[in-house]
Amino acid sequence: MSIATPQPLETADAPGESDAHRRLRALLEQGLPLTPRPWQALAEQAGLAEEEVMACVRRWQADGMIKRLGLVVRHRRLGIQANAMVVWDVPDERVALVGRRLARETAVTLCYRRPRRLPDWPYNLFCMIHGTRRERVLTELEGIVERLGLDALEHRVLFSTHAYRQRGGRYVREGAA
Amino acid sequence: MHCQAPYCQVQELDILDRRLIDSYQRGLPVCTRPFHTVAERLGTCEAEVIARLERLQSLGVLSRVGPVFDHARAGASLLAAVAVPEAERDAFAELINAAPGVNHNYAREDPAREHGFNLWFVMTAPDEPELEARLDDLEARLGLPILRLPMLEGFHIDLSFPIPWAELERT
Repeated sequence: MSIATPQPLETADAPGESDAHRRLRALLEQGLPLTPRPWQALAEQAGLAEEEVMACVRRWQADGMIKRLGLVVRHRRLGIQANAMVVWDVPDERVALVGRRLARETAVTLCYRRPRRLPDWPYNLFCMIHGTRRERVLTELEGIVERLGLDALEHRVLFSTHAYRQRGGRYVREGAA
Repeated sequence: MHCQAPYCQVQELDILDRRLIDSYQRGLPVCTRPFHTVAERLGTCEAEVIARLERLQSLGVLSRVGPVFDHARAGASLLAAVAVPEAERDAFAELINAAPGVNHNYAREDPAREHGFNLWFVMTAPDEPELEARLDDLEARLGLPILRLPMLEGFHIDLSFPIPWAELERT
């Protein structure tokens, strides 16, 4: 049985990643074909064996390259329309702690630290709260601010008003698939 | 485009559709016939699961069935923002969408402040130099500075939260 070469994939052009594996990754970014044997279908397109494709996907899952595998939902389409990006200006020495505590809140769906860009942008911590309506999102946020004692931190709430594009990331160089 | 269309009524999704979504936002089995395994666990047949997934995809409820890659490892990406005149927002958004590697592009409003950053997008590229080159090129096209906000640390990066079906029924 042939096993895919276990190369770490640090970037899209990771040295040691074969053309076939790069093609497989480009195909996977577009989703699985909805057929009884999707891995077989991908294998044929990538020029690999079905077993190899499955081994490769399992390895990417194990090493964290693939975070999850399943149904990718468009929340907005389901009516989860209120999508708030809450940005915070947190003193650098506290930002990791506050980030970890925000991340544990069930209403928080994403939480990242990003650089400040002074003077235009003083905010270094971002979190997203999704909900059906703005009022609900704001109520959730009030609860979080109170529970975590964040009222002294300068923050702003940016609601999305329109999605011009929403799709999965495409990292593999054009022409690889 | 799905993004422009009004949203799907959750009443159109029956209990099996909802169980599929609830059970498989993660953990799709990596085996020869994954949809057969899913069907067995949900007490239905493979053809039914595939038909449901096709329908959910055509309704735009699913963007796809497949892996979500760790973008920090799969390539380069960053969150970017520009402040554009609100009246010309659509035209600027079109320019952004036309740039290579843009996978999210949202208008956002800050109720507390006018004339702030109102277009937010995520740009991806195979590597950092190409990402910077794409942003420089887009900046020239827009004629406006792009706020570049790479992720420095992720505390929680997972959009597979439970769908609040009951609440959606009421709205």
